[in-house]
Amino acid sequence: MQKYSIFNLVKNAFSNHENWDLAWKDPTPKKEYDVVIIGGGGHGLATAYYLAKEHNITNVAIIEKGWIGGGNVGRNTTIIRSNYMYDDNALFSEFGMNLWRKMSQDLNYNVMFSPRGIINLAHSDAQMNIYARRGNSMRLNGIDAILLNREQVKEIIPMADFSENVRFPIFGGLMQPSAGTARHDAVAWGYARQADSMGVDIIQNCEVTGFDVSSGKIKGVRTSRGDISAKKIGLCVAGSTNILAEKLNMTLPIETHLLQACVSEPVKPVLDRVVTFGAGHFYISQSDKGEMVMGGDLDGYNSYAQRGNLPTLQHVLTEGIAMMPFLSKLKMLRTWGGIMDMSMDGSPIIDKTHIEGLYLNCGWCYGGFKATPASGWTFAHTIAQDRVHELNSGYSLSRFNTGHLLDEKGLGTKTWIS
Amino acid sequence: MLHIKCPHCGMRSQNEFSYGGDATIKRPELNKDISDQEWNNFVYNRKSLRGKHWELWQHLSGCRQWIKVERDTATHEIFNTLKANEDIS
Repeated sequence: MQKYSIFNLVKNAFSNHENWDLAWKDPTPKKEYDVVIIGGGGHGLATAYYLAKEHNITNVAIIEKGWIGGGNVGRNTTIIRSNYMYDDNALFSEFGMNLWRKMSQDLNYNVMFSPRGIINLAHSDAQMNIYARRGNSMRLNGIDAILLNREQVKEIIPMADFSENVRFPIFGGLMQPSAGTARHDAVAWGYARQADSMGVDIIQNCEVTGFDVSSGKIKGVRTSRGDISAKKIGLCVAGSTNILAEKLNMTLPIETHLLQACVSEPVKPVLDRVVTFGAGHFYISQSDKGEMVMGGDLDGYNSYAQRGNLPTLQHVLTEGIAMMPFLSKLKMLRTWGGIMDMSMDGSPIIDKTHIEGLYLNCGWCYGGFKATPASGWTFAHTIAQDRVHELNSGYSLSRFNTGHLLDEKGLGTKTWIS
Repeated sequence: MLHIKCPHCGMRSQNEFSYGGDATIKRPELNKDISDQEWNNFVYNRKSLRGKHWELWQHLSGCRQWIKVERDTATHEIFNTLKANEDIS
């Protein structure tokens, strides 16, 4: 594989950049693989990469119904953070933060990781208390957290509404300085390029139509491009998890819901942090192109539509304008939606299943993008070793049976309420 | 925006309603031995169908009654609505 470097850039400039290698191939599926990963999103691509890199398993195929990076990895708001209170979530996410920090070097691909910090705003004394508690829990797990008072927040984001008579005054906020954003497409492409170079087959436009299971063991997968046998299969399909689970006669603690995001027209640099509204569900950052990137609530009812509905968008942007009134002057450039695998306790599942050789990775709710490297790393470990790693031991499927829920937000089973 | 025909009030816009999830989930019967798996299915496990889906909605800003709605989860087309005590045929 051709390395991306300043020297190769200069060298290729002499041939008008027409002789670069393809970033990944377009192979015909083989009859048999050691591992088949279903789903060519961020998590699937990362899983294949870590299978090859960490476990030396390279006879791997990624099967993707559409094109890689066309699902949620290209539809999120690119936020990366590890500001969780529970140990299982905090340690998993912080492990991921360390992978993010060296990802551009690891993948030889600039993912534009920008640790600009995230601020969760607080709008009452009670909320300040609970943020202090979460911040302390984070620090006990080695994650940076700073509790900011109103004046400190005002210094960082003076464009927010600090006037006196507002419905949700800003009392302060919890900041994780090392959190940030990254270029989401580059993450998918970087993982794809490296996985491909180590021998992974990336098979696009290939839909899974069924599974071969005999005597409790996975044998292979049926696809629109022929049957493929595999010793192990990893399911990594986010909002389509229930559709494939039905083909396996499995019912999962997952519902598929639609989450919208949007960007404004590009403007000059105004916001150099990620900020979330504490009295509702709204988050905002500014992209390198200058667009304000915004998101918030689910549409609120089961959906596979991949496009959103206006009432929710209006509600979310009302919260945004309450927090930063200048947003009302901006024109909307694009809105879009992605289908989320909402788990019943708000935490993901990375586990083995009752079918031998079948592994499950789903339930990412609002937080799939930031988890991409850690999810891929632990899922690869779970598949290669046929046992869960300490880092994803809390993300078991059986926790719903045993009552060991990871309800970080305490929202219960109404996944559409946020 | 969805338009939902409330069986009590007629056609109303979506923002008068709040969502209540899968309408086909049945609570395990009282006074019977119930396995953990049955409870698990009732509390957590969902089919989350792509296509026709019977679901509960409450006409919160209207008659406040719970109703059942048959909606396509991919196209949002609504086929049928029922009162809460009417059985899905």
